[in-house]
Amino acid sequence: MEDYIIEMLHITKEFPGLKANDDITLQLRRGEIHALLGENGAGKSTLMNVLFGLYTPEGGEIKKNGKTVAIKDPNTATELGIGMVHQHFQLVHNFTVLQNIILGAETVRGGFLRLEESRKKVMELSERYGLKIDTDALIEDITVGMQQRVEILKMLYRDNEVLIFDEPTAMLTPQEIDELMQIMKNLSAEGKSILFISHKLNEIKAVADRCTVLRKGKCVGTVETASASKEDLSEMMVGRRVDFAVAKEEAKPGQTVLEVKQLNVTGKSHLKKAVKNISFDVKCGEIVCIAGIDGNGQSELVYALTGLMNTESGSVLFNGEDITKESVRKRNMKGLAHIPEDRHEYGLILDYSLAQNLVLKKYFFDDFQKNGFIDFNAVDEYADKLIEKYDIRSSSGASSSTRSMSGGNQQKAIVARELDYDPKLLIAVQPTRGMDVGAIEYIHKQIIAQRDAGKAILLISLELDEVMNLSDRILVIYEGEIVGQLEPKSTTVQELGLYMAGAKRSDVLTEGRE
Amino acid sequence: MRIAADLLGSTILFGVPLLLVALGGMFAERSGVINLALEGIMIIGALAGCLFLRSANLGGWGVNSPQTAMFIAIIIAGVIGAVFSLLLSFAAINLKANQTIGGTALNQFAPAFAVVLTWAIQGQGQTSITIPTWVRITQANFGFAQSASPGFFENLIFKSFYLTTPIAFILLIASYVILYKTKLGLRLRSCGEHPQAAASVGISVYKMRYIGTTISGFLGGIGGLAFTVAAGSGFQSTVAGYGFLALAVMIFGNWKPLSIFGASMFFAFFKVISSYSGSIPFLPKFENITNSSYIYQCIPYVVTMLVLIFTSKRSQAPLAEGQPYDKGQR
Repeated sequence: MEDYIIEMLHITKEFPGLKANDDITLQLRRGEIHALLGENGAGKSTLMNVLFGLYTPEGGEIKKNGKTVAIKDPNTATELGIGMVHQHFQLVHNFTVLQNIILGAETVRGGFLRLEESRKKVMELSERYGLKIDTDALIEDITVGMQQRVEILKMLYRDNEVLIFDEPTAMLTPQEIDELMQIMKNLSAEGKSILFISHKLNEIKAVADRCTVLRKGKCVGTVETASASKEDLSEMMVGRRVDFAVAKEEAKPGQTVLEVKQLNVTGKSHLKKAVKNISFDVKCGEIVCIAGIDGNGQSELVYALTGLMNTESGSVLFNGEDITKESVRKRNMKGLAHIPEDRHEYGLILDYSLAQNLVLKKYFFDDFQKNGFIDFNAVDEYADKLIEKYDIRSSSGASSSTRSMSGGNQQKAIVARELDYDPKLLIAVQPTRGMDVGAIEYIHKQIIAQRDAGKAILLISLELDEVMNLSDRILVIYEGEIVGQLEPKSTTVQELGLYMAGAKRSDVLTEGRE
Repeated sequence: MRIAADLLGSTILFGVPLLLVALGGMFAERSGVINLALEGIMIIGALAGCLFLRSANLGGWGVNSPQTAMFIAIIIAGVIGAVFSLLLSFAAINLKANQTIGGTALNQFAPAFAVVLTWAIQGQGQTSITIPTWVRITQANFGFAQSASPGFFENLIFKSFYLTTPIAFILLIASYVILYKTKLGLRLRSCGEHPQAAASVGISVYKMRYIGTTISGFLGGIGGLAFTVAAGSGFQSTVAGYGFLALAVMIFGNWKPLSIFGASMFFAFFKVISSYSGSIPFLPKFENITNSSYIYQCIPYVVTMLVLIFTSKRSQAPLAEGQPYDKGQR
């Protein structure tokens, strides 16, 4: 008889029109690190939300220490000692670290907070598990890595013994990931049982004892990680062999298409500068990647280049022409395409039909309008052409509501719209965010095809694998400055990580521009 | 010196309603609900308080124990304000209605209801409820007579001293303590900044927002009575835009109790300057302009606009204010 702390037996959870979990069984041994692997939409998060009490399953049962329990809401989960670090941290930005840890489990006397008593307990936990924090710092001032340690301490403070980590490494630098792996090992050595959701095989191989693989809502199997190779795991996850390396030929850079000189941009919410004195260029036939941790000025840089935000000083040259003050429409007409970071905010009008979204950059052309009246037949014809060419799948073709489409197909729609008017420069911001392996492969092939067709590509990515595989030249951005220029062939992920964390910098601006 | 004492005394007198109502707005917004209904809440609170004072006066016992009567009136104004604010809470929290529209609806309802009730009780055409003169705290309350030539402090304190003033200062300190030193305050603030985070640690966002809005209604109701008492001409179913001015005070005070105190006194000072402009010797008189008194009457509102223009960029509004909380959304 195995010693299981949590058993989820035959869990079934249905949403309208979708079986998110279909007879899934997951057994967590006491003190182990158990990975939950699967593509986006495979049902990992649903399963964990069932365990954390956010969803009620239609079928199956959950046992804690062999006894059946009913988890109605997160409070019940907390009482049972189950804690969760959400993918998006649940921290109040202008509270201190200490306030965030104790929130909801405060030590009080007569309603008044006893911060010093809480602080003592937090410091003890922090030392015992090697979780370095500054209790009085505000959340908005500390690094993502420390925010994650705060989330972990929140669970420990509540004496949780089952810890769920939902894609914990998505926002971290390689160094922070190593640190997190060590923390997880410490926690399991101290007797905590860990469930670790991920789709990154390296991490699972590095830290997990066992791994349960989900595919399309079904459980594919549970394996000992030590005896399974990366290829085995990915085959279980996707259902076919996946080529990890992206095939591409040597870049043949030509003329300079985009030239950025001494660009400064003021941030959206704060008065401080988000982009500081950035200069670089992109030539046709090459993919230049701006790598960096989220929130280091990438968004503002892109907004300035695409005309969504005003610049403070500096200039943007497009094929030698100054477009710093041009409108978005004029930039587009000159041949600038933009796959935005947030496809819902900047990419699509979700309540428009697919056809209307596809023609969004062209509706004013004579092909599609006459005297201000739109020729919808022409629009539909054009949409049908793109839908076929880019294999965009939706429930009812050109007239489908964009909101009802899957994320991957929404992204394909944007890619189709942006590539079809034959741009000279493509600015792609996190083009594969939240997409599964198959869709990522597709987008990557499209980007490389554009490069080989002589387009200039500026790629902004947070995914290190994507940066290393796709780019011909890497610029690292840290706190609004370009701190390094690297060649993907002669650098390592570790070195890249040091630049991204601000631990290393080289004065690239002068060298790179010789 | 006489004028200085008058100015300072009046500043406090008119600053008190602003302070109370702005603190009320702060509690609601810190919990995540924009309380645009403060104007209406003030009217309803003042109505209830004034009706009580009227009946205490007519019953004859008010004049014998005036400050007890006033204290009860304050409590009634607060409680009725709190009850009235439940309408906003229900619409904004349970029904997830647009909070601006919900608040505006209450603002339109309140004066109309007050007029109807005033007439119903006092008879047709009786548009104002008179406030008994005994509510003012005088030297006699402290057991000494008015001096023949009152000095600076006597003028400052006793010219227009009502029980609402010391209570407002107590409530200011209590607000600070509740917001920053208690479990309730910590939880309330978390709901205004990041309700999902609060919910994830087992805090009931609905409950916290109800508490925030109800405190807001309580303070708003008392503020309404404090305004009516300060205005001096009885209850006339209006609070002259003080509810909205208080929102400006709250924003200028950056949603923080002590800054709100400073901001309310700042605004009250300009308000007083405008109404005292005729009797302040060093102010220019603009005698060649017709209706020159309007120039000074503009001042508080012009200052409000200027202040908001210059401070709104730096303001730290609660992140989740005005956003209905949806349990399913993560």
